Amino acid sequence: MYPRRLVLLSVLLLLCALGYLFTDVKGSLEFALMFRGKKLAALLLISASQAVAAVMFQTISGNRILTPSIMGFDALYVLILTTAVVFLGAPTYQRLDSGLLMLANATLMCGAAILLFGLLLRRGRDDLMRMLLTGVVLAVMLRSVTGLMQRVIDPNEYAVVQAASFARFARAETDLLGVSAALCLVALAFAWRMRHRLDVLALGPVVSTSLGEPPLKGQRWALLLISVLVSVSTALVGPVAFFGLLVSALTYMVLPTYRHAVLLPGSALIAGVILVGGQWALERVFSFSTPLSVVVEFLGGLVFLLLLLKGLKR
Amino acid sequence: MIEVHNLTYRIADAPILTDISLRVPLGGIVALIGPNGAGKSTLLSLMARLLPLQQGRITVDELTVGQSDDRELARRLAILPQTMHATSRLTVRDLVSFGRYPYHRGRPTKEDRSLVEEGLGLFELSAMADRSLDTLSGGQRQRAFVAMTYVQDTNYVLLDEPLNNLDLAASRSLMVRLRELADAKGRTIIIVLHDINVATAYADRVLVMKDGRLCGDGAPRDVVTPELIKDVFETDATLRVVDGRPVVLA
Repeated sequence: MYPRRLVLLSVLLLLCALGYLFTDVKGSLEFALMFRGKKLAALLLISASQAVAAVMFQTISGNRILTPSIMGFDALYVLILTTAVVFLGAPTYQRLDSGLLMLANATLMCGAAILLFGLLLRRGRDDLMRMLLTGVVLAVMLRSVTGLMQRVIDPNEYAVVQAASFARFARAETDLLGVSAALCLVALAFAWRMRHRLDVLALGPVVSTSLGEPPLKGQRWALLLISVLVSVSTALVGPVAFFGLLVSALTYMVLPTYRHAVLLPGSALIAGVILVGGQWALERVFSFSTPLSVVVEFLGGLVFLLLLLKGLKR
Repeated sequence: MIEVHNLTYRIADAPILTDISLRVPLGGIVALIGPNGAGKSTLLSLMARLLPLQQGRITVDELTVGQSDDRELARRLAILPQTMHATSRLTVRDLVSFGRYPYHRGRPTKEDRSLVEEGLGLFELSAMADRSLDTLSGGQRQRAFVAMTYVQDTNYVLLDEPLNNLDLAASRSLMVRLRELADAKGRTIIIVLHDINVATAYADRVLVMKDGRLCGDGAPRDVVTPELIKDVFETDATLRVVDGRPVVLA
């Protein structure tokens, strides 16, 4: 289904990537390629994980407005991080191996996400507005608790937390790239293996039970993968609220199918085009005048409002 | 054979089902009737594994609900949903094809495809096979779901009040098709019905429930009596016998 559109998207992404790598190289090409190559890899990882996490979450929650970020997945990540800094102290925290720290964060995140969001999905699946409200309130609560802790701690420690909790696509944490890539690729591979199950889970709890795909099991497994993907991308660039939504909304428009075999790679490609293309345009054309996260969040926020208004009208 | 042993179900200490045991052998239509809140839907949902079991045991052939593999069970027992949010992304053929999922797990074989086409033909859906579900009427959509459960090829099909939201023609056509599935294909159909008259017209056996207990079991003409209307439904509607079967005048 839609092989031409997928090929077109791939070509578009390739062009963006080449443009990002090769335009305006001053000085040593080798150095520029290494430097930009790492950033490009980080952007691609973030794109794929945000996109796949958003599509999977919308499938298991049975709606197209909520994404992990809107429900507070990345707020949960920042909370875990802040708690770690508060209890360990910034010096200890910074002395720990960053890869190891990320693994630990991701693991904690998986547990917490399954507890919190698993419960939420079970209770709220039939009632979108209730789930939306609970999710948004939950996100606000997680952010407030984080805010409280950040105000209480020593300013130096605060600086450590702050550095890790702002979206910045231009300065992705490339030293985490190895661990992130490994985690992310494993999660993406499992998501791909789940594609047919996701098709069935999208039909709702009754039909998927009837077809031998118990929704609770599928949801738990999907939440696990989503947690890993969101942790990785939050660790790399910090939280982004509406990027996933922007991507998933575009994906359903460009690829109007129910098949996750098309939706998952398609959304990853679209996300890649937006991030890499956007970063290229902002760095080279607008010479860093605006951070990409501002533009992405602005567009994503608009999409969120539009979807919400459309959903309310129905 | 579906066997239910000493099934008890509570929601926050309020008993919904109390010590229910029953057997449903292969073949025929079994209707579950009873007043609102009698526990019919809960019983059906427990059989369908839509709710977790609390006390008691349910077996489908040699498989035990809650222990046996979900995929195995999906080849024995299908559940027809009341209605689903129609998504524009699914065509009728897509939906019916999902009926084969328990067998191929996402990789349909030639045989699966031909069974789907057979199902589409049997339920007169071939002409609209490529239309998306949200362009269909309620009755047509219901028919697509029945075709899906047909293609799933299970011995047992469970339906929870499928006639809600259907007009007279669509209701009758659904019941006639279920009758055909039972008679020609040997399927066993367990159905929760609100309308006693539909139950007496199409079911081979009627199970009556009240306050979470079974209080009647047998052929419609033996079970549906003036006493039933008075004691179980607690109303004094008249019962007439028309063409050899009892009819409640509402």
